Amino acid sequence: MSGGRRLLRVTSLAAALGVWQLLTSLDVNLWLRFEQFPTVGEVAAAFADRVGTAPYRQDLGHSLRRIVVGFLLAAVAGVAVGTAVARSRWAADLLGPLVEVVRPVPAIALVPVAILLLPTNEQGIVFITFTAAFFPVVVSTRHAVRALTPVWEEAVLTMGGGRLRVLFSVVLPGALPGIFGGLSVGIGVSWICVISAEMISGEYGVGYRTWQDYTIVDYPGVFVGMATIGALGWLTSTAVELLGRRATSWLPRPAARGAAGAPRPAFRGAGRTRADTPAEPAATVRTAVPRKEPVP
Amino acid sequence: MSTTVLPAASEPAGSELALHDVRLGHADGAAVPGTVALRIAPGELLAVVGPSGCGKSTLLRTLAGLLPPLDGQVTQDGEPIGRPTADRALFFQHDALLPWRTARANVELPLAIRRVARAERRRSAADWLDRVGLAGHAHKLPHQLSGGQRQRVQLARALAGRPRAVLMDEPFGALDAHTRAEMQDLLVDILRDTGATVVFVTHDVDEALHLGDRVLLLGSGRVLDVPHPRERDARHAPGTAELHRRILDSL
Repeated sequence: MSGGRRLLRVTSLAAALGVWQLLTSLDVNLWLRFEQFPTVGEVAAAFADRVGTAPYRQDLGHSLRRIVVGFLLAAVAGVAVGTAVARSRWAADLLGPLVEVVRPVPAIALVPVAILLLPTNEQGIVFITFTAAFFPVVVSTRHAVRALTPVWEEAVLTMGGGRLRVLFSVVLPGALPGIFGGLSVGIGVSWICVISAEMISGEYGVGYRTWQDYTIVDYPGVFVGMATIGALGWLTSTAVELLGRRATSWLPRPAARGAAGAPRPAFRGAGRTRADTPAEPAATVRTAVPRKEPVP
Repeated sequence: MSTTVLPAASEPAGSELALHDVRLGHADGAAVPGTVALRIAPGELLAVVGPSGCGKSTLLRTLAGLLPPLDGQVTQDGEPIGRPTADRALFFQHDALLPWRTARANVELPLAIRRVARAERRRSAADWLDRVGLAGHAHKLPHQLSGGQRQRVQLARALAGRPRAVLMDEPFGALDAHTRAEMQDLLVDILRDTGATVVFVTHDVDEALHLGDRVLLLGSGRVLDVPHPRERDARHAPGTAELHRRILDSL
């Protein structure tokens, strides 16, 4: 990235922080009320207080473990189910309707199901995270597998290759760009759901801590939580995107690159998710407030 | 070459293909009108021409074993053809190389499927790439090669598995005239060594008359003998010109 573009990015972030500091330190009250809103300085101080402490590290570890386990399970199961549904009529008839019926249910609405089914809260949160990422991965895998050109499969068959050879030499590598599109969307949705699930039923975790801070009216603490969620989400999305780029490095690159978020056409979903992830958990926090009161 | 590992290489490779009153078509689609009865001799190069939509690709896929005939029987050396095998390689017009594999890895694929040991695979693939004139391009991905180079890699890949028949679906149809003539010469050159039976679909009558021992007019089912197969100078010979006119009239 050129120096100019880096400067622009830093300036954009700094300007947003500057406006925030100005509005809150002057206690602006023009319909939007900033008197109670913590200043950038207060949030930064709270962040500095917490960042090295054992509880903070513990929360971070819990949230990361939940998302990594849930997401990895979803990636494996999603690719397997998506491929099966796309390749086998039998699997399409058996699993297709089930996937379509469960898919519209928001993962976070499955909290009661998780509480009924699973022995511990911890497993329930992983289950929610898994469900959140599973469906984007299934759907994108199914589309990517169906879109493969039949010529590749015919070529391998006429070299004497069998079903497994076609699966591992043609179907999975060929579908990989589409699969990574689904994984990028999936990791973003996973974060939204792991944080929400922690707020509802967690012990420890960034989402749980953020909600605790809200209930004891520690607003700078709430913002520390949001910043942490944003940073973690950005980190994991970037990891998925880098992995995807490495795995699909064979894709032809356009001679002149377009926008920074969209390095190549087949992988556009990734750029969008990365931009969205820091913003969306914050939105969930706001909308969750009025609904929260009856804690299970 | 790799006679020690692939014993088939030392034997005469071409197999006899025959269609016994075969009705071509997809089970859930339209059938090609009429039936085809045809015997293709071992080592023969049969060119297939016909108006588009007359079932040229369907014929090749049926011979490959990818598509069962609606009626009749397709045999290789007298044995009915059931499913696709490495004996009958299919060669496509374009985009048949796996784009995530380098040129060398694409050529190695049929060898890997035959469980040839890695070192021998490497050697054989390098040898084939050398024969098609791409020794220096082994590490390139398909999209880094020109259209003609990609077809050279595909030729190396199709023949590396030592098939006894090669089924080619308009293999040079997307190339410019100069590259096409080069590829025709390369094909003639390489086929002389392998002895494989070839079925070559084309919409170019000149190409059919240059490459084929015989020409099948798939629309009418007639098979015509070519007077001077694979002789560049024979283009304007009276027999060739006459045949050219007859084929064009029939299309």
